[in-house]
Amino acid sequence: MTAIETSRRGFLAGGAGLMLGLMLPLGRARAQTAAAAAAPFAPNAFIRIGTDDLVTVMIKHLEMGQGPYTGLSTLVAEELDADWAQMRAMGAPADNALYANLFFGMQGTGGSTAIANSFMQMRKAGAAARAMLVAAAAEEWGVPASEITVKAGVVSHAASGKSSGFGALTEAAARQPVPADPPVKDPKDFVLIGSDRPKLDTVAKSTGAAVFTMDVYRDGMLTVVVAHPPKFGATVASFDDKGALAVKGVEMIRQIPSGVAVYATNTYAALKGRDALAVTWDEAGAETRSSDEMFDAYARAVAEGGVTVEEEGDLSALANAAQVLEAEYRFPYLAHAPLEPLDAVIELKEGKAEMWFGSQFPGLDQPTAAAILGVPVTINVLLAGGSFGRRAQASAHIAAEAAEIAKAAGRDGAFKLVWTREDDLKGGYYRPMSLHKLRAGLDAEGNIVGWENIVANQSILAGGPMEAMLKGGPDTTSFEGSSGLPYRFGARRIGWAKMENPVSVLWWRSVGHTHTGYAAETFLDEVLAAAGKDPVQGRLDLLPPEALRERGVIEKVAEISGWTGPTRDGKGYGIAYVKSFGTYVAEVVEVEDRNGLPHVTRVWCAVDCGIPVNPNVIRAQMEGGIGFALGTALHDAITLAPGGEVQQSNFDTYPMLRIAEMPAVEVAIIPSGADPTGVGEPGVPPLAPALGNAWRALTGNKQYQLPFGGAIA
Amino acid sequence: MTKFTVNGREVDLDIDPDTPLLWALRDELRLTGTKFGCGVAQCGACTVMLDGMPRRSCVTPISMVEGSEVTTIEGMEGPEIAAVQAAWEAIDVPQCGWCQSGQIMSATALLQQVSSPTDGDINNAMAGNVCRCATYVRIRQAIHDAAKTLEG
Repeated sequence: MTAIETSRRGFLAGGAGLMLGLMLPLGRARAQTAAAAAAPFAPNAFIRIGTDDLVTVMIKHLEMGQGPYTGLSTLVAEELDADWAQMRAMGAPADNALYANLFFGMQGTGGSTAIANSFMQMRKAGAAARAMLVAAAAEEWGVPASEITVKAGVVSHAASGKSSGFGALTEAAARQPVPADPPVKDPKDFVLIGSDRPKLDTVAKSTGAAVFTMDVYRDGMLTVVVAHPPKFGATVASFDDKGALAVKGVEMIRQIPSGVAVYATNTYAALKGRDALAVTWDEAGAETRSSDEMFDAYARAVAEGGVTVEEEGDLSALANAAQVLEAEYRFPYLAHAPLEPLDAVIELKEGKAEMWFGSQFPGLDQPTAAAILGVPVTINVLLAGGSFGRRAQASAHIAAEAAEIAKAAGRDGAFKLVWTREDDLKGGYYRPMSLHKLRAGLDAEGNIVGWENIVANQSILAGGPMEAMLKGGPDTTSFEGSSGLPYRFGARRIGWAKMENPVSVLWWRSVGHTHTGYAAETFLDEVLAAAGKDPVQGRLDLLPPEALRERGVIEKVAEISGWTGPTRDGKGYGIAYVKSFGTYVAEVVEVEDRNGLPHVTRVWCAVDCGIPVNPNVIRAQMEGGIGFALGTALHDAITLAPGGEVQQSNFDTYPMLRIAEMPAVEVAIIPSGADPTGVGEPGVPPLAPALGNAWRALTGNKQYQLPFGGAIA
Repeated sequence: MTKFTVNGREVDLDIDPDTPLLWALRDELRLTGTKFGCGVAQCGACTVMLDGMPRRSCVTPISMVEGSEVTTIEGMEGPEIAAVQAAWEAIDVPQCGWCQSGQIMSATALLQQVSSPTDGDINNAMAGNVCRCATYVRIRQAIHDAAKTLEG
């Protein structure tokens, strides 16, 4: 939608032209988009080069804070030999054919895959553009292409003394054949990859100029809020709209599949109108159990053992062990709570629909909206004010609701769907609540001889449009991280009990690892303590010789934290290691006891994510992941009261981490030549178990349920 | 009609006087740098200056700002906001960016009152601003950096 300014110098010196463009209403922004689309040199779907030397990269992944605008542009700029100051980024529109996530087979962002799936694709795109610019220069200057060099955005021929920026070559470059398989650099020749790079979206996000979905205003647009059922599975029985229609600014009320929609000329009128709406709900099919009652059912299911999803050796070793430890863990539902509430803008005009929103799965959102409306739908993918999984909707429910309100309006026009904070926190799509039962056996020498972990929770994919991804098997995201542990446990069995209830669930930043990492790494710590072993050395001793990267992050975090054991000077220290999304992370937490509650003062983090494309972004994601995980571990639970209503509604009852609670964070990035893996999620999982381990070491208290601050049901 | 000043310009709004200033700024004046995060003064994304002091615009009806001067992120001027934004940019504070207008307004207000804030000052002044991406390490650093810049 909007190209994002990169040059700080340009901005600080009053680069008015470009900033003006960002701040102008949508019409101008669209003109910019059109200008980029009509750039004289567009060698492929990803790169637009203008006569002004600016290189705009069409980013196929949603920028929701994890840095793909910067990361993918770095990959292009590296192979293009561009200067970082000439790089711009904008969201690619919905187009599965051009912009699919190569790991998903459809356009979508998630699973910390943006860099990993794009690594070669974006480099090839940049290399192809570079080859065409070189061919153009060779043709214009009448010199051999092999003698031409490109450096920091300047194309040069040493012998003739000729040189040019990209802009002057665009016309000739556009006439060159597109190389099918251009060579890419040897990693030892990387200039940009591996060094810190200012982010492309920082300036716009520090001035209020960045355009998010909620900032889009169309001529004649109505703002729409929807009254949703107060319980999961309830539906509209009847409604009385007289009071709502009496509110000045309310234009119409329509029933849609997800509830009752209030259309108004401004947001306040829409909200006031919804307050005045009287809806009677049919709760015949609604979930009426409390979280406690659900946990009782989960505990019964775990006692039956679940289906075996991983097995090694003979678990009877556990029954014969010298010492057996057991624990049951309970994890609540969690809301993602991205700070920009859910929203979407849709405009229906002359048999076509255009949408503007932070679509995380354009590959699903577009066909879903098109099927509802029966007209072609284009999606302009905008910046999103956070997601943490919330916008990655297998059900495409926001695109669907936006399409339904446009359809129900019964006329052409523009509509902005807005969810309030309360709508989101009460509205489902939570991290599944989970119950874990763990057992471990030690022999007389303190060696672990058997390990069993049975998990009960809902499947995220089962029953939804993405169920085919399961290929008839269990949903691995329900127990990933309980399975796949690198430690040598002798015998092991991982079981899964699939639970079903009407509360909608979704991926939440690091998915299964949010609870499996906590259960496995705190229970392991307890077992190591029972065996009289140090948490760091004990883990290292359990790793097989080939687990070099696991060993690397554990040893590194021990080194930078100055590990001497789990207590020192009245403070507790805990370590946890979790591999998620291909990235290896170990963290050490330092905790103090403040009036019976944990206060985390420092966190050390070692991360191995392969080639570190932009260390600045990697550190930022580790810092942010640590804070995100800490706030959740300390404070957050979504609970259902008896009768089935959600008990939390806003940040007063679902508290966010505040600045005074944020620890100092030190991040060490392990040097690597391996293909890069993601960093958006992997910083999250080790934090809570490292905290649990530090807290047990300091106080003796074993925290078998989260959050720390209170009961979860 | 409700009359007040926004970013030095007089406005005269013929809308429900109960309308929160947040929605008047966004829906009527299209000043979209001020963000909606919670609607109940719990997150600070909607922070603006009201007669020079930080204020949560989501719980401030426009009837309350009659005759007042409102400044949004778009209209901020002076050495403190310049130093804060430069510090934000130098260490890439924002991630998703949604809260950052509010963070920058609160940080600027702090530096207008306290030239060399301690960590405790920062904790107090920024306590009402939530960053869901938890960019707090860099927010704290950037405030200290901006204070140093202002000292010269």
